[in-house]
Amino acid sequence: MRFSRKSLGIPYAVFLVIFVAAPLLFLFYYAFTNGQGQFTLQNFTHFFTDPNTLGTLYYSFSIALVTTLVCLLLAYPTAYILATSNLRSQSVILMLFIMPMWINFSLRITALKEILNVIEGNLAMHPFLNAVVGMTYDFMPFMILPIYTTISRLDGALREAAMDLGANTVQTFLRVTLPLSVPGIVSGVSMVFLPAMTNYVVLDMLYNSTYIMGSLIGSYFAAYDWHGGSMISLILLAMICIFTLLTGNEEDAAGGRGGALL
Amino acid sequence: MKSRDTIIELKGITKVFEDDGFKAVDDFNLKVKRGEFVTFLGPSGCGKTTTLRMIAGFDVPTEGDILLNGKSIIGLPPYERPINTVFQRYALFPHMNVYDNIAFGLRQKKIPGDEITRKVGRVLELVDLEGFERRRIQTLSGGQQQRIAIARALVNEPEILLLDEPLGALDLKMRKEMQLELKNMHDKLGITFIYVTHDQEEALTMSDKIVVMSEGRTQQIGTPEDIYNEPANAFVADFIGESNIFNGMMTGHLKARFCGGEFRCVDDFEEGTHITAVVRPEDVEITAPDAGTINGLVDSVIFKGIHYEITVLSGKNEIVIQTVNNARVGDRVGLRVHPENIHIMLAEDHTNLFYADLNPDFRLEYNGHHLDTSLTRIIKGSKRREDGTVIDANGDVLEPGRVRILVSIMPDDIEMTDDQDAGLIQGTISNLIYKGDHYSYIIHTELEQDFVVNDEDLWNMGDRVSLLMPVDKMTFTLKKK
Repeated sequence: MRFSRKSLGIPYAVFLVIFVAAPLLFLFYYAFTNGQGQFTLQNFTHFFTDPNTLGTLYYSFSIALVTTLVCLLLAYPTAYILATSNLRSQSVILMLFIMPMWINFSLRITALKEILNVIEGNLAMHPFLNAVVGMTYDFMPFMILPIYTTISRLDGALREAAMDLGANTVQTFLRVTLPLSVPGIVSGVSMVFLPAMTNYVVLDMLYNSTYIMGSLIGSYFAAYDWHGGSMISLILLAMICIFTLLTGNEEDAAGGRGGALL
Repeated sequence: MKSRDTIIELKGITKVFEDDGFKAVDDFNLKVKRGEFVTFLGPSGCGKTTTLRMIAGFDVPTEGDILLNGKSIIGLPPYERPINTVFQRYALFPHMNVYDNIAFGLRQKKIPGDEITRKVGRVLELVDLEGFERRRIQTLSGGQQQRIAIARALVNEPEILLLDEPLGALDLKMRKEMQLELKNMHDKLGITFIYVTHDQEEALTMSDKIVVMSEGRTQQIGTPEDIYNEPANAFVADFIGESNIFNGMMTGHLKARFCGGEFRCVDDFEEGTHITAVVRPEDVEITAPDAGTINGLVDSVIFKGIHYEITVLSGKNEIVIQTVNNARVGDRVGLRVHPENIHIMLAEDHTNLFYADLNPDFRLEYNGHHLDTSLTRIIKGSKRREDGTVIDANGDVLEPGRVRILVSIMPDDIEMTDDQDAGLIQGTISNLIYKGDHYSYIIHTELEQDFVVNDEDLWNMGDRVSLLMPVDKMTFTLKKK
């Protein structure tokens, strides 16, 4: 039998069909049908009319937004200092930031819970704050890494060129480094914002009773309402797609640098 | 043009990098006149770019001072120096179009918008890219990016323009064109240019003054003619143009012995002085056998278009000749050099240089003797493969026929012995001179190669000796043919 290089792709193609394409089809099917298997747009209209769903969407959005901002504000300076210093221990320090990713997730969050418990006394008192702290802690490496990669890949001569042309350190940062690190920021944001909207496991583990989109889908499924849950998932998927399309253009505009970072 | 006063002066500049203690620049002194085109020329790692970066302000000298118009600028950051740079790979801002790139410096100076537009238009005209304002950087060719980089620097009307190997990334034809254009721009604008390159032809074509550098040190400062015709030392002679370089000794008034013969010359040094003789390939004349100063056999003839490049072997000495007359491989010929064309310079350290051969087993050989060292140790990054061949750091296989190893050994490290078979090579003492605490000998070997040997004991003229040369005292350099 002739063995072609294309054959190497078969295992993944099978995987793709079973675990990506098929579930997606089911998702579409369930989202636009009712319990009797008839086509309906009711799930869709329900999403935008049910105050409960909209409230959860709004609340998840707020948590994700604040989490992303906090991550960005902490990660950018860290990544910038790390990428522009000529520390010999650069990679070691970077690893320290990345290492939490290698420690089991539930262990980390449990540890965090204990710490917060000591500080706050009762975790139920600050659900929003705890949600943000937990998610920031969990997603921070995903923000640092792409920004670090983008900045460290920037040609040092560009900063020197800006200084050479009369820009001081601050102006150089604002006019050259920051605009050119936008692709990294976009990558980081997309890797933090959307998971932060749905990752309810973090909240559950922090004994947090707050409902976010993920928990909402979970509760629909728990009640065997595949149709409502599928529609919510589909709408979130659509939001991800729109976001990716928009930011994809943004990356092209920034010179096509650092496109696929992670 | 303004008066030719000194615009920038570098005084005793030394740069030691803190992280690895590497001395990139060592006691660099230079005065540049206003409007001059000065080129720093040298192989990579010679400190030329580091020196340029210190003028620009990106690096701070460890020692020394830089005076611009008589005032020290050591403490000034790059953005406060009236100096602009054209970077090696242009360093154009990829997120801005051509106009914004060029206007960057002007906007920094808070120049009104309409004036910026006018200046950008004018400088684009200067670099022959009118109407390119709205173009994106990514859509430009290498040559166009290069011009934009020059425009971006020139639009600020700097007192000094620094150019860091700006033509390195262009193809040969484009490079030649840009050389002339840059030279024209320099003549038209009257701005002082300081240019960095490793391309000696580029330096000779464009510069008013060339600073030849090697290993952080200035080797020679002079006009292109000076540097070419009167190289200050063997390094400059070797780096600028092609040269035949020989070790030798002064044997009398205006007489020097090198390459197995005694030549008349015009440089006067004391008898017994160790010298380096440099002869340009175009200055060697081929004569009938025994009619010249030395004889040799034609080893190879290559047609080069306007001339032939002929290699003649005289014993072990190899002489490269450029001539319009053809010769046949294997011919026995005489060689002659006009005294005016022999450049004699003091040997820096009397180092003996000779070429070792690479035998088909990739072992080093000299005079039929095996040199006990490993090739992979001599050539950085090289590896011996399982089939016995040796590859260099780039992964290319070394071909024994195309590679020679230049060996150098100091006169103090060679020992003379009566035991004729003990040494690497035998010869007769053709010259000796007392140097206060030791004698300095020249040994004329059978391969027509002269060795300089220092010894405390007195030997006689005409003594036949064998030379012991320990391999661990030798240094090796790879030369590709």
